[in-house]
Amino acid sequence: MKRLPLAAALAAFFVLLLWSVSVRQAVLFLVGIGFGAALAGARFGFTTGWRRLVEQRDPRGVYGQLLLLALAASLAMPLLGRFGELQAALGPPSVSLLVGAFVFGLAMQVADGCGSGTLYKAGLGVPLNMAILPLFALGSFLGSVQVQDWLVLGQVQPVGLVQAWGAGPALAATLLALLAIAGAVRLWVGPDRPLFEKRWVWGAVALAVLATLNLVVAGQPWGIVYGFGLWAAKGAHALGLFDPAQNAFWSAAGNADRLAQSALLDVTSITNIGLLGGALWVSARKPGEAKQLRAAQWAVGLVAGFVMGYSSRLAFGCNVGAMFSGITTGSLHGWIWMPMAFMGTLLGLRLRRRIGFA
Amino acid sequence: MTVRTRLLRWSFWIALVGFLAWDFVRAPAVDLRHEPPLIAAGSGQVVQGGHCSAAK
Repeated sequence: MKRLPLAAALAAFFVLLLWSVSVRQAVLFLVGIGFGAALAGARFGFTTGWRRLVEQRDPRGVYGQLLLLALAASLAMPLLGRFGELQAALGPPSVSLLVGAFVFGLAMQVADGCGSGTLYKAGLGVPLNMAILPLFALGSFLGSVQVQDWLVLGQVQPVGLVQAWGAGPALAATLLALLAIAGAVRLWVGPDRPLFEKRWVWGAVALAVLATLNLVVAGQPWGIVYGFGLWAAKGAHALGLFDPAQNAFWSAAGNADRLAQSALLDVTSITNIGLLGGALWVSARKPGEAKQLRAAQWAVGLVAGFVMGYSSRLAFGCNVGAMFSGITTGSLHGWIWMPMAFMGTLLGLRLRRRIGFA
Repeated sequence: MTVRTRLLRWSFWIALVGFLAWDFVRAPAVDLRHEPPLIAAGSGQVVQGGHCSAAK
């Protein structure tokens, strides 16, 4: 598709939001387009970065991610300390989180895309990721329906470092922890490996700025999974397959309201739509690669997409909502998510090789 | 690009736009008089958006 008609379509949607929904949602749509353009333009993949670190001892992707986390935390934490309206991505440390993050880390390697990766690759037109997206949404919805049952297995209250220690100490602790990870990665790969690559660096800077804009405008950190669960919940409710009044998650005041309202009023939905649009815009110049897959690989990929959606709800977010937004806004659950998902990834990589994914 | 890939891409975008249009039409009209603040930071208003990290 040519860029001009595409830009016109995105501009028309922006005007529709401005006119019929709200100025804030229109602005968040632009932020979402930025997310998509940055992720797709830099091919900024959390899944790929981890895979290259483990399989090739190539640290550039992970160093890009650490840079992103450090920059975004440096911007977000002082803002959270200054403005009481802004909310951190606080999820409860729980059995649900441990299981969900591990399974998510495994599934994202098989599906070749985390939450943001699946979304931007779908926007780029990669067939497997486009097909995965509805299943990811369905999994996310089912996870949200059952998350209260998982929480019964054990949980503690969410811990926010900014709230507990103040913005300065929370930021210092976060940067020190990121530095420790960077040091460990450096030891693992050896001294001769290049640590940074241009595309990962500009991707990290762009994403950190956009995530801060998301926080300042929406009042909440960047997220992905909630929007998909909401879309599937709307579908299930409309088809008469699901009664939200009988479910603890969807009968809660805010969720019930968003189920009834247009998805265009939902923050996460609107940035997700923008992200898809931004990636589509990039695909006009840099189309996504469409690998030829066997039927068995398709089947496994689709199942992994569903599992990823389900587990991301148990983990209180994917790589974006839990790891990125959790860590950068000082939530303890983000720091639990990362090692659990990495352990899942180690298993997922073995599974990936067994299935024959390149 | 194969015909199948092209078909999948068009189906994907048509389904997405169709879903959003259906949802917008079936949902109650947006109350434009009570818009959320353009910028949450400093608005004094409590944020009520849904987020992946929330248990409820």
